[in-house]
Amino acid sequence: MNAAASSPPGEPLLRVEDLRVEFPTEDGVVHAVDGITYQVHSGRTLGIVGESGSGKTVSSLTTLGLTRRQGARISGRILFEGQDLVTLPEDELRAIRGDDIAMIFQDPLSSLHPLYTVGRQLTEAVRAHRDVSRAQARERAIELLGLVGIPDPARRVDEYPHEFSGGMRQRAMIAMALANEPKLLIADEPTTALDVTVQAQILALMERLQRELGMAIVIITHDLGVVAEMADDIAVMYAGRIVETASAARVFAAPEHPYTWGLLKSIPTLYGPREEDLFPIPGTPPSLISPPSGCHFHPRCPYVQPDHTRIDPQLQPVGDEPGHHVACLLEPDVRRRLWEQLGAGRTPEEALAEVSPGAPA
Amino acid sequence: MIRYVIRRLLWGVALLIIVAAVTFVLFRVLPTGNPAVLRAGRDPQPRLIKEIEAVLGLNKPLIVQFWDYMKEVFLHFNLGYSYYSSESVRSLIAERLPATLSLTIGAAVLWIVAGLSVGIVSALRRHSASDRVAMGTSLVLISAPEFWLGLIFLYLFASDIGKFKIFPGAGSYVGLTSDPWKWFTSLIMPWIVLAAGSAAVYARLMRGSLSETMREDYIRTARAKGLPERDVVRQGVRAAINPIFTLLGLEIGILLGGAVLVETVFNIPGIGRLNYHAIRSSDFPVVQGTVLLAAMFIILANIVVDIVYAYLDPRVRFS
Repeated sequence: MNAAASSPPGEPLLRVEDLRVEFPTEDGVVHAVDGITYQVHSGRTLGIVGESGSGKTVSSLTTLGLTRRQGARISGRILFEGQDLVTLPEDELRAIRGDDIAMIFQDPLSSLHPLYTVGRQLTEAVRAHRDVSRAQARERAIELLGLVGIPDPARRVDEYPHEFSGGMRQRAMIAMALANEPKLLIADEPTTALDVTVQAQILALMERLQRELGMAIVIITHDLGVVAEMADDIAVMYAGRIVETASAARVFAAPEHPYTWGLLKSIPTLYGPREEDLFPIPGTPPSLISPPSGCHFHPRCPYVQPDHTRIDPQLQPVGDEPGHHVACLLEPDVRRRLWEQLGAGRTPEEALAEVSPGAPA
Repeated sequence: MIRYVIRRLLWGVALLIIVAAVTFVLFRVLPTGNPAVLRAGRDPQPRLIKEIEAVLGLNKPLIVQFWDYMKEVFLHFNLGYSYYSSESVRSLIAERLPATLSLTIGAAVLWIVAGLSVGIVSALRRHSASDRVAMGTSLVLISAPEFWLGLIFLYLFASDIGKFKIFPGAGSYVGLTSDPWKWFTSLIMPWIVLAAGSAAVYARLMRGSLSETMREDYIRTARAKGLPERDVVRQGVRAAINPIFTLLGLEIGILLGGAVLVETVFNIPGIGRLNYHAIRSSDFPVVQGTVLLAAMFIILANIVVDIVYAYLDPRVRFS
């Protein structure tokens, strides 16, 4: 099952195969990640999109081995340059963390240690993997701060995180992640805590650094606007699974899954007609302890059919479009016509009445 | 910074004057007996009492007595003279202070080392067997009164009356300068008894504080950087220590004013015992002096805590 779209030839840098992450809790087993497969090539960007609680963060933390100590049960494979990170011993994984694979997090203020200077936190990232002197590491820290566009880095290196603005803190986090020129950067909601203007700057910075360093990026977000700008490929996650994956252009032009439609229709566009209504997805994300039967999305799906509560959909190729996969029980023809109706500005109810997928098409 | 310290010190002095006034009034109002009568011996002549009152200045109006006292304190650093031995209160305190300092500092070192290390291990291995034993023991130690624990220790380990004659017992204290080894051995039991309760409190505080900081986002960042786990824990401890430090400063401040119970059980000639005897015998100048000393230590400890805290946490600014 190849779930990445329009892949360039050659071995992917990161290849996740049927990854499952479960947390035993007092209330039952939480199926945070329920069998996902994706891959990323060097120099490419994968956007993982989904609501909070869809398992997108847990899957990335697992890539770094950071869910191990939370008592997670992990199965499947995470192949990074041919090594399986799921079974790699902790000390070898630690050598990869922050060196070949780096991660930046959502809230830069709480992700930086409040009692250490930014410089100290940068130098320790360098010295964790490079045998350099304090002075050399400090030079590198100043260089990194300059690289991410912090003015007067030689002075600001000795400041504390609370003396930085929100955007500068995230720049400092990025500098920290880049300290050892990683091959893979995982960015978990990197712009969510920032102002819109600063968001654009941070995304532009990440794109520039990707071009300069040739690294692969996995960007995790609930914001389709962010992936539209950054991603080559997109994987849409719902309730611990990937429900649709395709190239970014394809996801925006011809999405196949009702959940993806919901995500697209619940964001305002600058260019569409002003009177076009937004359709928020009704309901809340499902419990990951006892997910809904059949298609996990069926309680919130406007187009649900009776047998969708029984049958569990698998990711299937869409038509002859390479790399486009969707896990939906609706007939391909019905899906196409529903999206046409939605694209014409109809509400989900109107679209359903028009297409009436229950009747033979 | 300097302005801040000066302002805090001035407020401290004002607070000391208020403390002095309250003690002064309390002692006159409460029916502790007329010091002159106590001094005059059995069946005194009224004339003798009047004479003694005149010598001690007790016949003057209260406000004048207070004014005279404050003048002496501030102009000559003179805390008056004991009603009984006529010794100067200042030299009485100077004589007793080394014992209290020895007791407090030693116990503080002991409870910091024991409490924090137990707390750290418990926080990192929550719900393990060692954590449960440590937290159970700490609950017992917190609940055990110092004087009771002291008596148990004497009963078990004192070299004179103990079942296992290991440590010198009550009344064995000698000054550090006269015999360092005897000073050390005589203080082992008092240190343990004085430190036990605090060590237990610190262990529980550290456990709670560290388990909280180890869940912080910046700890996740530290791990994501690939730091060795030892360094990750160090970052957690660094953040967890601040609230504990605040408590430490105040507690040392309070103990320097005299650890009355432990000093009494082990018969250590410190400030606590001086104060206790002075109260029992209505020796007003000595009570006043020890109370002022205790208040001063607490005020100073507060100021020191606030200043050092600003160095521990760069987000704190003086204002």
